Amino acid sequence: MLHLILFLFFGAICVAGAVNLLVQSHPINSALSLVVVMASLAAEYLLLGAEFVAAVQVIVYAGAIMVLFLITIMLLNAGKEERTKGSRVATLLGVPGVTIGAVLVAWTLLGRSSTTRSVSIGALWGAPKDIARLLFHDFLLPFEITSVLILIAIMGAVVLASKPEAVARGPRKDA
Amino acid sequence: MSITTFVIISIIKSVAVVGILLTAVAYSVWLERKVSARIQNRWGPTRVGPFGLLQPLADGVKFIFKEDLTQPHVYKPLYIAAPIIAVVFAITSISVIPFGTWVNVGHWGTYLQITDLNIGLLVVLGITSMGVYGVALAGWSSNSKYSLLGGLRASAQMISYEVSLGLSLVGVVIMAGSLSLRDIVDAQGGVFWHFIPRWNIFHGQTLAFFIYMISAYAETNRTPFDLPEAESELVAGYHTEYSAMKFAMFFMAEYANMVTVACLATLLFLGGWHGPIFGPPILQAVMPVFWFCLKVFFFMFLYVWVRWTLPRFRYDQLMAFGWKFLLPLAIANIVVTALAVALRAQYPGTF
Amino acid sequence: MVPLSYYLVLSGILFVCGVLGFLIKRNIITIFMSIELMLNGVNLSFVAFAAHWHALSGQVFVFFVMVVAAAEAAVGLAIIIAVYRTRETLNVDQVNLLKL
Repeated sequence: MLHLILFLFFGAICVAGAVNLLVQSHPINSALSLVVVMASLAAEYLLLGAEFVAAVQVIVYAGAIMVLFLITIMLLNAGKEERTKGSRVATLLGVPGVTIGAVLVAWTLLGRSSTTRSVSIGALWGAPKDIARLLFHDFLLPFEITSVLILIAIMGAVVLASKPEAVARGPRKDA
Repeated sequence: MSITTFVIISIIKSVAVVGILLTAVAYSVWLERKVSARIQNRWGPTRVGPFGLLQPLADGVKFIFKEDLTQPHVYKPLYIAAPIIAVVFAITSISVIPFGTWVNVGHWGTYLQITDLNIGLLVVLGITSMGVYGVALAGWSSNSKYSLLGGLRASAQMISYEVSLGLSLVGVVIMAGSLSLRDIVDAQGGVFWHFIPRWNIFHGQTLAFFIYMISAYAETNRTPFDLPEAESELVAGYHTEYSAMKFAMFFMAEYANMVTVACLATLLFLGGWHGPIFGPPILQAVMPVFWFCLKVFFFMFLYVWVRWTLPRFRYDQLMAFGWKFLLPLAIANIVVTALAVALRAQYPGTF
Repeated sequence: MVPLSYYLVLSGILFVCGVLGFLIKRNIITIFMSIELMLNGVNLSFVAFAAHWHALSGQVFVFFVMVVAAAEAAVGLAIIIAVYRTRETLNVDQVNLLKL
């Protein structure tokens, strides 16, 4: 029972944050509501017994990726977004269409509801050791490939974000 | 233990720990003023109480009674939320820090720790990484150029140094084989050659310790990395527009973060509460906590000492130092530690 | 005990909010955040299935999603900065020409 209450509580926060992201017109408010969504998702992960994922969710998503978004918003001094014709069309067609799709999916899922194997609160089974064993044995190749991906992303970000003249001029001689 | 006892004990522990933390925060401000004064051949606070010991109280009263200015050009919701975010996350991170071994009070026993998580270290890292929002939002919502620059610098600096901070801890985690802070401390008991304690700093993690300390100084925005609030260029950085209690909250957050960093350094590298234990039983029960506090005090003193000794970095130097020097060093430390641990597992007794 | 379908519905709602944001938002940074929201919704269903089948691989997949999201955020935000530098706008409706 407590489990269900906690699920509903954090789920409600999640949905409220996601809707707030859509409603707010200033990107910084949207970013903060996304942080709220991510933090309450971490709580949902804890309810599912995935403690390590929850910690990584907070550290990586809320603590690093969203801060990057925040820095970009601050750096570009992004203002309120203006409404255009395209956005009105998208709202008129998109909101009903997507809502209908969502209701259909939810209806189907709830129609054939099965219970998750019970994870009682405090009983955590996703121990870091087991995850590490899986990650470095069974998924070693994907893991190495993602590390290459990260490396490429770092280089791409540096090249893209540096000033065009700096790239054209090549490495600084005096450095 | 029934659920009621558990709740009561938890509440008592939480209130006690937060009370001790806030007192420690107040007195580290006093320590900072006193030590900085002695370094500059001054007296420091002397008027309020003996040795100025009641100065934190006077400061607190002053902060409460000062006028709380809110400039008309700020973005109000975030302007008010920012200091609260900063101080809440700074205080929350103390919740998984263990202070000592098991104690018995009457027929109830408890660990000297609010709660022991088996991912305690990650929890501390996660909570402190959320603290950056307070600083960044303060800078943005103040709507002034000094604050914005300070906030931008702070958030960029904090997420940059968080990488080397996290990586410097991996070596310790590999050695202990656990992410629980209690397990990490327990793994450091014992001595080498009858006199050198088996603390991680003497046990192959010396480099990691220095990487951790440097990154931690940058994380807490302390000199020589206090660019976010560099008063000679940015007035006061992200808290330029704050006054009275809101400013005090940032102040408390900074010192609470310092205490957390000192606790973490003690637990991970200096063997936590391990130390020589002697004397009658009552003294033996208190000794571990005493050693822990002594080590934390040493780190707090080091903070002050460094602040009044070193000049400030330039911003590009700061970034280059973090990314081009500390990060490769931290990764090298992980590789060497992992190799040593693997070899020791393969050929036991040789290392 | 919470049924698996509840978690899936929550994950679906988050995903749908992401899709909606992607459609109706005009600020390129917010559009990007909507994509992150979709990824988060998917992550929740991964973890829910992991708990349901008691298989840790679901959690490992979440790490891969996070890595991709981090890489995407780094490159994407760099692109946004580059776009802003040349166009001086963040509105996607004004970034519809290949030539300046």
